[in-house]
Amino acid sequence: MSHVRLVNVTKRFGAVTAVNDLNLEIQKGECFSMLGPSGCGKTTTLRMVAGFEDLSEGEIHVGGRLLSSRAKNWYLPPEKRDFGMVFQAFAVWPHLTVFENVAFPLRIRKLPAAEVEKRTKDALASTNLLPSAEESPANLSGGGKQRVALARALAINPDVMLLDEPLSSLDPHLREEMRFEIRDLQRKYGFSIIYVTHDQAEAMALSDRILVMKLGVVQQIDTPLNVYNHPVNRFVFSFIGLSNFLSVTRADGAFQLAAHSELLPQTLNPPEDMRRHETLSLASRPSEVDFCGEGGLRGVVARKSFLGEIVDYQIKMGEQELRVQKNRRAPGPDVGESCGLRLLRPFWYEGAE
Amino acid sequence: MSSLGKKPGFGVAQVILFLSVAILVVVVAVPVLLIFFNAFWVNGSFNIRDVARIISEPDTWQALVNSLIIAAGTTIGSTIVGTFFAWLVTRTDLPCKRFMKGMFLVPFMLPSFIGAMAWKMLLSPRAGFINRFFMLHFGLSGPIFNIYSYAGIMLVEVMYLFPFVFIQVCGALERMDPTLEESARISGAGLFTITRKITIPLVLPSILSGALLIMLYSMAHFGTVAVLGIENGIFNIPTLIYQRIHQSAGSFASIRTGTVLAAILVAAAALILWLQGKILSRGHYQIIAGKSFRPMELKLRALRMPLFLFCAAYIGFTIVLPTVVIFLVGGLKTYGLPFTWENLSLDNYKFILSAYKVTRDAIWNSVTLGFSAAVITMFAGVMISYVIVKMKVRGKGILEFLGMLPFSVPGSVIALGVILAWSGRYGVNLYNTVWIILVAYIARYMAFSLRANSAALEQVHDSLVEAARVCGATMWQALRDVVLPLVRPGMLAAFFLIFLPSLRELTVSIMLYAPTTRTIGVAIYTLNEDGETVRSAALAGIALIIIVAGQLLVERFLGKKAQG
Repeated sequence: MSHVRLVNVTKRFGAVTAVNDLNLEIQKGECFSMLGPSGCGKTTTLRMVAGFEDLSEGEIHVGGRLLSSRAKNWYLPPEKRDFGMVFQAFAVWPHLTVFENVAFPLRIRKLPAAEVEKRTKDALASTNLLPSAEESPANLSGGGKQRVALARALAINPDVMLLDEPLSSLDPHLREEMRFEIRDLQRKYGFSIIYVTHDQAEAMALSDRILVMKLGVVQQIDTPLNVYNHPVNRFVFSFIGLSNFLSVTRADGAFQLAAHSELLPQTLNPPEDMRRHETLSLASRPSEVDFCGEGGLRGVVARKSFLGEIVDYQIKMGEQELRVQKNRRAPGPDVGESCGLRLLRPFWYEGAE
Repeated sequence: MSSLGKKPGFGVAQVILFLSVAILVVVVAVPVLLIFFNAFWVNGSFNIRDVARIISEPDTWQALVNSLIIAAGTTIGSTIVGTFFAWLVTRTDLPCKRFMKGMFLVPFMLPSFIGAMAWKMLLSPRAGFINRFFMLHFGLSGPIFNIYSYAGIMLVEVMYLFPFVFIQVCGALERMDPTLEESARISGAGLFTITRKITIPLVLPSILSGALLIMLYSMAHFGTVAVLGIENGIFNIPTLIYQRIHQSAGSFASIRTGTVLAAILVAAAALILWLQGKILSRGHYQIIAGKSFRPMELKLRALRMPLFLFCAAYIGFTIVLPTVVIFLVGGLKTYGLPFTWENLSLDNYKFILSAYKVTRDAIWNSVTLGFSAAVITMFAGVMISYVIVKMKVRGKGILEFLGMLPFSVPGSVIALGVILAWSGRYGVNLYNTVWIILVAYIARYMAFSLRANSAALEQVHDSLVEAARVCGATMWQALRDVVLPLVRPGMLAAFFLIFLPSLRELTVSIMLYAPTTRTIGVAIYTLNEDGETVRSAALAGIALIIIVAGQLLVERFLGKKAQG
C-alpha cells in the first residue's frame, strides 16, 4: 500500500486549471520529484499536500489518513498534518535563535522540556548546526539558514518531508553538497520526500522517481533513467537534457528534411505508425550523434566551440541546425567542412518543430 | 556653464557644496542655534540656573507634563488601533478590505485641527450636538463626554495619527514572506499561536518605529490641543509657546520661556529619532522574500460581520461624521440653529469665496506660499541631496548633519527660531510680512524634500554619470542630461509632498501671521476663536475640498510615488 496517495486531484484558480486530474502514489521512504517549468502546477500540488491549498476535486491520503477530500468536504489544516516542510526562501525566524527555531514544532506539541531538548539537539547534530545553536539564524549563510529549516522540519521526525525548491536560493556548489546531505538524512530517518524543483539535474540526482508536469497535466512518471532514455513525448524529451529537433516533411511518400530537398537516408525511417503524418519532428540528443564520412544526414559545420572536455558543433542543414557534442579527443570536422551525421537514437514526434 | 567645466581646477563640486551648506545654515541651522543661544545664554553668560527656574514655573512645568501625558496616551492608543486595523486588512478575510484600507489612510490628509473643531461641535460639554441630543432625549443632566479634556484631546489625536502605525505595519505585513508563517503552520502551530509568536514579533520593529513617529508628532502637535485644550487651560509645549509669544507680542521674558520649551522639544525629538534609528537598524529583520503565494488569511467566521460593522462604524464615526458636521455647520445661518432645510444654505461658502477679504486673502496666501515654498525647496533639496548622496567632497559630514536637522525640529520651534533670526536683530526684518512665513515653510519642509530627492538619487547609479563623462560630457552636462531627468519623479514627489501639506499648515503660520498674511489654517483657527464658527466651518469645508482634490490628482498622476 502506497504511503501518499493523490486521487483525481484538480485545482482551479478561477478560470485557470492549475492542476488537472492528478493521480499519484508515493511509497514510504521514496524520494519523489515533481519537475516542470514555472507555472506547471508542481508547487500548487505540493501546497495541496501540505494543506495550504484546498482541492477543487479529488482526495489526498497519507498513511491511511484522509487529509483532503472535496467529495466528503473534508480538509485537515496544515498544522494537523505532521509534515516537515522546507521552503525556497528558507523561512527561518530571525527573532528566534537557531535552537528555538528547531524546537518550535516540538514546543507547539507541548512535549516535556527534556524531550524537546534532546530531539532539538539530535536534529541540530544531524545538520551540523550544534555549534551555532544559540546564534540568530540571520547571521548564518544561505546554506546555514537552509540547514536550520531542514533541522526544524526533521525535529518532529515526520513520515513525509515536503521540499519546495529548497536549493534554488543557494550557490551552485553548495546546492550539490546539500543535495547529498538531504539524501543522507533521508536514509537515516526514513521519511518519504516530495521534492519540487525546476532543476532537472537536481531531480535526477536525488530522486527514485520523477514526475514531469506541464500546464497542470502530468506528462510522465518514471525513474530518472527511464524518463531520460524513454521520454513519452516531445515536451519531456525537450525538458530533460539537451535536445535537437529537425522538421521532416513527406513528399511523394518519402520523407525529407523541411526546406532541404535531400531525402532522409534509408537508415532513418519514421516508424510505421508515424508515416501517415505530413510533418514530423526528428529528435536527438547532441551527445548521441556520430560523424560519418559518407551517407547519413549531410550538413556543414557552422561553428565549433571548445568547452573543456566537450567540443560543441553547430551543423547547418539547409535552414535547419543540429547541435553535436563530442569528447575533445574524438576526431571531428572543422568549420566550413561538410560532414555526414548518424543519429544513434532518433525519436520521432508528430508535427513540425 | 560650459566654461566652468573646461577649468577642472575650479570645482563645480565646491560651488554646489558651498551653496548647499549656505542654504542649510541660513535657513535651518541659524534659527535652531538662536533658540539654544537664547535659552541658555543670559546677559552674555551661560546660565543653566535660569533655565531651571523657567522650567520649574508651574505653567511651564504643567505644559511639559501635559505634552508627555498627551503624547504617551496618543501613542499607546494609536499603536493599538493602527496595529489592529493593519492586521485586519492584511491578514483576515474581512469584507471590502481594499476599500477599508483606503479609508483608514484618509486621516493622513485631513488636517487634525479641523477634525478637532468638528469634535468640538459634536462633543463640547454644553453645545455639542451629541451631548445635547443625549441630554434632550434621554434626560441626562450632564454631557456624556466632555471633549475639553485630556481624554478628548488624546482621542482626537489618535483618530488622526494612527495611520502612521497603520501604514508601517500594513507595509511590513504585506511585504513579509508568507512562508515564515506557513513554516510555523506546518510545524503544527495554529493561527492564533502564529500571530502571537511569529507575526507580531517579526513586525514589532515596524510597530515601534511607527509608534515613535506618533510620539514625536504628538509632542510637537499644536492644532488639536489649541482647539480643545485652551477652554480648560490644558496647554502643551507648542500651545504654551504660542500663547506666550502671542499675548506678550514678543517680550523678552516670553521669548525666553519659548526658547527653553523649544529647546526641550528639540532635545526630545532628537532622542526619539535616535531611538527610532536604532530600532530600525538593529531590529529590522530581513523578512522580505521574492516569489511566494499570497499570505494566508485568517477566517474570521462568526466574527466576520461584527468586525466589518465595527470597522464601518469606526470609519463613519471618525471620518464621515466630523466631515459632514463641518460642511453642515458651514451651511448654517447662525451657529446653534438646528440642521433644517430652512437654516441651511450655501451663503457662507459664497461669502467667504467672493466677498470676505479675510478668507480670500488667506486662500491666496496659502496657495502662493505653498507653491513658492514647494518650488524653492524642491530645487534646493535636489542639490543638497546630490551632495549628500553622490559627491565625495570634504565637508560632506557637516552637510549630512545639517540635512538631518530639519527632521528633528518641530514646526513651532522653527517658527520661534525664524522670529529670532528674521525680526531685525540681525539686520533683516521680515516680521509681519509674508516672507517670514515663506522662510519658515522652507525650513520646515526641507526634510520632506531631502527625503524624496535622496531616495530618487540613490536609484541613480554612479556609473550612469561616469558613462556620460566617458562619452565626453562635462560634469554639468552629465548632471543636466542624465541625473536630472532620472530624479524628476523624486522632485515632483517632493513638490507635492510640500505643496499639499502647506495648504493646511497651522503650527508655523499661527506664530508668524500678521493681519494681512493669514493662511487658510490661520484663518480657520482665528475665525473659530473669534466665535465666527459658521464661517470658520465653511472655510474648513473648502480647505477639505481643495486638499482632497489635490491629493486625488496627485495620486492619479504620480501613482503611489507621491505618498513617500
